[in-house]
Amino acid sequence: MSAIVLFLAVVAVIAGWWLSQQRLASKPWLETGVIDDARGASSLPPAKIGLGVFLAVVGSLFALFVSAYTMRMELVDWRSLPVPKLLWFNTAVLIVSSGALQWARAAVGRDDGEGVLIGLLAGGASALVFLIGQLLAWQQLDAAGYLPAANPANAFFYLITATHALHVVGGLVALGRTTVKAWRGAEPAQLRLGVELCTMYWHFLLLVWLVLLALLTGWADDFVAICRQLLT
Amino acid sequence: MVDVLSDTNTGITPAEVVDVELYHPKSWWTTYIFSQDAKVIAIQYALTAMAIGMVALVLSWLMRLQLGFPGTFSFIDPSQYLQFITMHGMIMVIYLLTALFLGGFGNYLIPLMVGARDMVFPYVNMLSYWIYLLAVVVLVATFFVPGGPTGAGWTLYPPQAILSGTPGGNEWGIILMLASLILFIIGFTMGGLNYVVTVLQARTRGMTLMRMPLTVWGIFTATVMALLAFPALFVAAVMMLLDRALGTSFFMPTLQEMGQLMKYGGGSPLLFQHLFWFFGHPEVYIVALPAFGIVSDLISTHARKNIFGYRMMVWAIVAIGALSFVVWAHHMYVSGMHPQFGFFFATTTLIIAIPTAIKVYNWVLTLWRGDIHLTVPMLFALAFIVTFVNGGLTGLFLGNVVVDVPLSDTMFVVAHFHMVMGVAPIMVVFGAIYHWYPKITGRMLNDGLGKFHFWVTFLGAYAVFFPMHYVGLQGMPRRYHDIGETSFIPASAHDLNAFISVAALIVGAAQLVFVFNLAWSLFKGKEAGGNPWGATTLEWQTPQTPPAHGNWGKELPIVYRWAYDYSVPGAPRDFVPQNEPPGGFAVQGARA
Repeated sequence: MSAIVLFLAVVAVIAGWWLSQQRLASKPWLETGVIDDARGASSLPPAKIGLGVFLAVVGSLFALFVSAYTMRMELVDWRSLPVPKLLWFNTAVLIVSSGALQWARAAVGRDDGEGVLIGLLAGGASALVFLIGQLLAWQQLDAAGYLPAANPANAFFYLITATHALHVVGGLVALGRTTVKAWRGAEPAQLRLGVELCTMYWHFLLLVWLVLLALLTGWADDFVAICRQLLT
Repeated sequence: MVDVLSDTNTGITPAEVVDVELYHPKSWWTTYIFSQDAKVIAIQYALTAMAIGMVALVLSWLMRLQLGFPGTFSFIDPSQYLQFITMHGMIMVIYLLTALFLGGFGNYLIPLMVGARDMVFPYVNMLSYWIYLLAVVVLVATFFVPGGPTGAGWTLYPPQAILSGTPGGNEWGIILMLASLILFIIGFTMGGLNYVVTVLQARTRGMTLMRMPLTVWGIFTATVMALLAFPALFVAAVMMLLDRALGTSFFMPTLQEMGQLMKYGGGSPLLFQHLFWFFGHPEVYIVALPAFGIVSDLISTHARKNIFGYRMMVWAIVAIGALSFVVWAHHMYVSGMHPQFGFFFATTTLIIAIPTAIKVYNWVLTLWRGDIHLTVPMLFALAFIVTFVNGGLTGLFLGNVVVDVPLSDTMFVVAHFHMVMGVAPIMVVFGAIYHWYPKITGRMLNDGLGKFHFWVTFLGAYAVFFPMHYVGLQGMPRRYHDIGETSFIPASAHDLNAFISVAALIVGAAQLVFVFNLAWSLFKGKEAGGNPWGATTLEWQTPQTPPAHGNWGKELPIVYRWAYDYSVPGAPRDFVPQNEPPGGFAVQGARA
């Protein structure tokens, strides 16, 4: 369970830092009158805070998968599966997707409506390519006989990649809505929030994917072993 | 109380908080059914939770009939008994308490108490309820599928949960149970995002975090915990579903069934226990923290005294929330874990007693020399304190490895957790309903019926769970359909079991009085006015009762003081509403 405990420790540090800004040591019973809560409610739009909180939830979901993975792989029946080469291509596509959205976000800043649309379309298309690539990788594994029930390593591979892919699909719905707005000629300023939220979500899913990839390819094995030694 | 910050801003305009764009319903359907108004969603949540809670209540009756009078009721066979205990536990913990505290009270109270017009994402909030309802429907459906609901115990431990020897294990029961949990978690996450972001972003002007009523602190912290803990149950449920449906071996070890080697191999049941309790322990506090918060407000209001140690109360809530994530393995002392881990988890468990004890002392010190009004909400609040202390003390027994091992899986454990997270939070639920019903409906609940309901429930719950500790100490195991003849359980324990069952039947029946009171008072109850208890918090200062769509009139209230200005020396009344300017008068609302 070290992955999830570590993740929650990070969340706790962020929450603790935020709480430390909130005058928790004040004596409210002595303070009558208007207090302008300058540092209380953030100036960020609620949707952004909402997404931030949601990402913490998604992060804890994946941290739990990682925890379960590392605990299960210790058992004797674990046989790591060869990671399809296609995953490298998919990773590159996902990086491109994230980059395209970053570009769209920059275009919003330049007030460049066409640039926003191109960025959103490119980001969405490459994310679709990523999903198709993941499906093909599944097919390759399936054809090579690595069925989900055959070994826990296979089962985890399918489960974790599917969960990640589902989150990408959810992101595509939001991205689709923003893209339709841009397509219909909304001003870049009206698109700002939507584009920023999508970009944030995309970067996060890219980060999660890189962590998962390190785990699934076995790169993280040494790291996991070190953590385990520290704990025992 | 002395006003240290003398105020020069009395005439300030309230328009400086950005007002949200409110969704305005256009038809009867969008006003009352597919409503995006948090108050309507709250009532939907509460009614659904109470309805499914009644099912769980009936299940507990059936269990007690069997335990008190074994062999008398031939229609309760061992499989059904297991199904009853499983569904009773699951419904009470998740579908009733979690949903009612966070979905019900959270939705109703957060926007009103922080001075917001509504939740920040009303559409998502509406979806949250409908997905919750779907989860409940799927749960209820398990009663009608072939094989019936799962009988795996509310902890759903593998491997037995998906084996044919367990009711519903190789049929639909366990599949639908897991599906329902997954739906519940998705629905809850949608609601939870709302509660958290509303507290963070939609507080009205002057409502600093340290001026929030403790109810909001409790619900807020519990929601943050639930958002981070429920994914563990989600992961466990998905993985078990795959074990059951696809034959993977996440949790399933190599085993034989009916002499046949099963398709599973190598999995770790212990992995499930870690995931389950990583959710399961915070869950205790997800239920307890809103109760802590609400009871603080009830006690302060009905004792006409400011809450003692407000800052400590807030810190304790946050500390309990954080600590509850590092104690999960105290539910697994008998799983064969390394003794050092047991020592670690016993230590963290006992550390939680410190902030919890701070809260209890502060409640008692709030009562000390207060002007205690023994109204029905106050009675329930007092009952909560004693019950919680009771359950907490047996928690000290069970938190220690050496004491827990012999007591594990006995009725002592059942008595402990029913006291601490069954009876105690339910007392708060009742107290809160009696307290806020006048705001929700505009009418008071009947006092006589309320007092009858209280005394029967309170004394009855003690009659049920006090003797159960003793029965557990005698070694009576939990989850047994029939103990049969044993050398270690004396005849007196069997008599006690019969007594407990009779008490349980009476307590259950008393809840019908409560339900009747809810319905009767809706039409015949005494008119409540805007602020019948003389309370300070913002929800009692709304221009209309029940609060209208958008909660406030044209302008949001401004908060000038904390939530506990009761019996302030020199003040004209024994309470000063939060929106009353210093030296001025309340802008909106008044005591009825």
